[in-house]
Amino acid sequence: MKISRLLLAVILIGIFYGFFKIFFGVVLKQPIPSSLLTMYMFFVVVGILLVLSFTEEGARELMSPIKNLLENPEKKMMRMVVFVIVSVLAGYITYNQIKPSFEAPLELRTIHPAPPSNFSAFNKTYNLLTLENPFRKYAKEDPEKFKTLVYEGGEVYFKNCFYCHGDKLDGQGHYAQGFNPLPANFMDVGTIAQLQESYLFWRIATGGPGLPKEAAPWISSMPVWQNFITEEEIWKVILFLYDYTGYVPRSWEKH
Amino acid sequence: MRFLTKAIVSIFIVLAFILSYPILTPASKSSLAFAEEVKKDASASSVKEEKAKDKPAYPPAPKLKETDYPKIKGFNGRIVIWLAAQLHLWFAAFVLAVPIFVLIIEGIGMATHDERYDKMAYEFIKISITAYSITAVFGGLLAISLMVFYPDFMKYMTGIFGSSMLAYAFLFFAESASLYIYYYGWNWLNCGFKKWVHLTIGLVLNAVGTTLMFLANAWVTFMMSPGGVDAQGVFQGNSWAAVHNFLWNPINLHRTIANIAYGGSVVGAYAAYRFLSAQTKEEKAHYDWMGYTANFIAIAALLPLPFAGYWLTAEIYAYSQQMGITLMGGVFAWLFIIQAVLIGALFLSANYYLWCGMGRSEGAVRYNKYIKYIAFVIIACFLVWFTPHTLVMTQTELKALGGPYHKYLGPLGIMPAKNTAVNIMILFTFLSFLLYRRANKIATVSWAKYGNIAQIAIFTGAIINIVFLGVYYGYYTNTALKVGSSVPQVASTLFVIILCMIIDVFMFKGAKDVAPLKWGNVPDRSQYALFLLAVSFTWLMGLMGYIRSGIRQHWHVYTIMRDNSPDAYTPTIGYAAQIVSIAVIIFMAIVIFIFWLNQISSKKH
Repeated sequence: MKISRLLLAVILIGIFYGFFKIFFGVVLKQPIPSSLLTMYMFFVVVGILLVLSFTEEGARELMSPIKNLLENPEKKMMRMVVFVIVSVLAGYITYNQIKPSFEAPLELRTIHPAPPSNFSAFNKTYNLLTLENPFRKYAKEDPEKFKTLVYEGGEVYFKNCFYCHGDKLDGQGHYAQGFNPLPANFMDVGTIAQLQESYLFWRIATGGPGLPKEAAPWISSMPVWQNFITEEEIWKVILFLYDYTGYVPRSWEKH
Repeated sequence: MRFLTKAIVSIFIVLAFILSYPILTPASKSSLAFAEEVKKDASASSVKEEKAKDKPAYPPAPKLKETDYPKIKGFNGRIVIWLAAQLHLWFAAFVLAVPIFVLIIEGIGMATHDERYDKMAYEFIKISITAYSITAVFGGLLAISLMVFYPDFMKYMTGIFGSSMLAYAFLFFAESASLYIYYYGWNWLNCGFKKWVHLTIGLVLNAVGTTLMFLANAWVTFMMSPGGVDAQGVFQGNSWAAVHNFLWNPINLHRTIANIAYGGSVVGAYAAYRFLSAQTKEEKAHYDWMGYTANFIAIAALLPLPFAGYWLTAEIYAYSQQMGITLMGGVFAWLFIIQAVLIGALFLSANYYLWCGMGRSEGAVRYNKYIKYIAFVIIACFLVWFTPHTLVMTQTELKALGGPYHKYLGPLGIMPAKNTAVNIMILFTFLSFLLYRRANKIATVSWAKYGNIAQIAIFTGAIINIVFLGVYYGYYTNTALKVGSSVPQVASTLFVIILCMIIDVFMFKGAKDVAPLKWGNVPDRSQYALFLLAVSFTWLMGLMGYIRSGIRQHWHVYTIMRDNSPDAYTPTIGYAAQIVSIAVIIFMAIVIFIFWLNQISSKKH
């Protein structure tokens, strides 16, 4: 039995929707947020319609059930039923989208605040364009010393940071669930793996209150660590973060 | 009348620059004069020398107050300049690009002795000549608006770029002259040696036009990555250092390629407009062919464009971490998602046009069954291309996911995944083109089978290489290698395109036609794909242009001259998108007007 192209389109759309919902939501237990799913489905539908309509016969076959329904005088009753269903469906979707909810509104959160070109901490001014980790050089020059520095950085981490960022550095510390947004997950490829050490130094030293004026308001519970630990301890903890996660800080070829 | 308008506008702009130059640049000097003065000082007494050293030859960047920005009731300076600059840029991109491919098409016509190419090239340049005067009008409006609303900024810029601004004005005359001779002399210089003269004029026109753009690019990139000045903005006297600033070359390359793609898409829209309004079969066939050629130009330039864009972005990041993060990880990150969607739309519409175009040939049926697989890969890459790293989620979704990142889709949000996806998307678009190209042909060479095997092997090898580079270098190495791995990815893609094209050309040399190609035998839907291509390009350029300018944030000249006007804030994404959309509507309305003018100009009683 040959199924009509329109039905085929509906089936294919259903299969892709089901894949996104079931595979990610049930099998992987990581559902796709509705904002992203809507974008995915929009282009899946567009793609399916393009494939089914690129030939003249294909387009005619795809449209013929709709054309038939709209133009055939014998299908008056069916037409009415479809019109009612479509209108009710549209009304239902609209109602669901605008009905009052206790849910906080969606937010286009900017995840990486842009750093300033220079900033003040420990009564000094740092230039973020040239700032480097003073201990990084020991990785090559004196590996034993480097190892000790990383170890000391680990101590700083477990005394100060792990309560929120977690003992696996995955942002799942004891207090993590009390924060929105959750503390940064350093194991994620999109956090420290994408950043320079100078950026981490700035974020740690100045914390939430040090975030830039631009693109405010920022949401960050990060303490101003320059009030609690030393400059050296910050550089050491940065060594530890990269060492533990296995990432290498962002760097550039010399221009 | 049209000539007169252009001449008046040209004279007006040059006069505006000449008059404003001495008024706005009391301290400015040419680099030569500066060097001479320094020499003279050196031979003077030591006291005098000290004094000369203390007194700077050029002033530092002014520190402006809100009152330094003139206000005109009923006008918002930033929006006026935003719209004028954007509209000028769109038209300029179009009129600079068209002569490039007109020259190539004219050359092809000359080499093949096929008059159709010559006629088409003439029709292309005819569209751009109407747009040329509009470009000048918006250029004049932009220059005047800048002087009116931002006089101190213009004074500072003129102090550094005065000489290049004058050169720009004179080059504009040269461009106008070469364009008018090239266009109006088309029929006069159309045979024998005269044709060579005509081609040379076309070459001069392109050289002058490109130089003009490079000069304007220098001013724009100076505002982003100032060169030739010290930390206080004091010009050091070396004009070349100011022009040849850090981002100048990446922008030059990106804009040149993008202009060609854009110009192709706009003339494609013109061909679609004429196709849809055509009354005869011959007309339909002509405009179908014209639309196909324009689309070919647009796609040929679109394919390397992401690479040029990537280089530009990497250089922005290298110049300033702040600008880099603002651009793609910070406040403009969501506009990049819109950019990704629009670029995907460009690829989809370009592919759809090719697939529909296969209807021109009876032999294409053989390949129809492969289209669904190509579409699947392109859509899959497209989904990866626009997947954001940070997701927009409700609180319920946030809890269900256990954090702000998606464990499996999150990694698709960073550049290695995007690079991999776009390379594969480009390869499959090229595959669509290869199938279209051979749709109506049957290869007659004895080695055709091996040729096909070689092409499949090249494709497969390159895709494996691109995925490996993307996954291994993208996720398991440091960032310097991550960024570096994009180069072999691009090289793989370009290698496939060049090698497969060479094999294809030789394989189908003297090939048998299945049936005569039926130009004009394409559905109207395909023409709407051409419209979509032009509109997507326009919108994309507007949004990306805003981002490029917006990453300076509250600086006129980044880190040198602060913008202290009331408008020195970064507007919301929605507001910016609205302004750009209004500009797109104005531009498209003017473009349709130009199309209409061209249509009526070719009507005969």
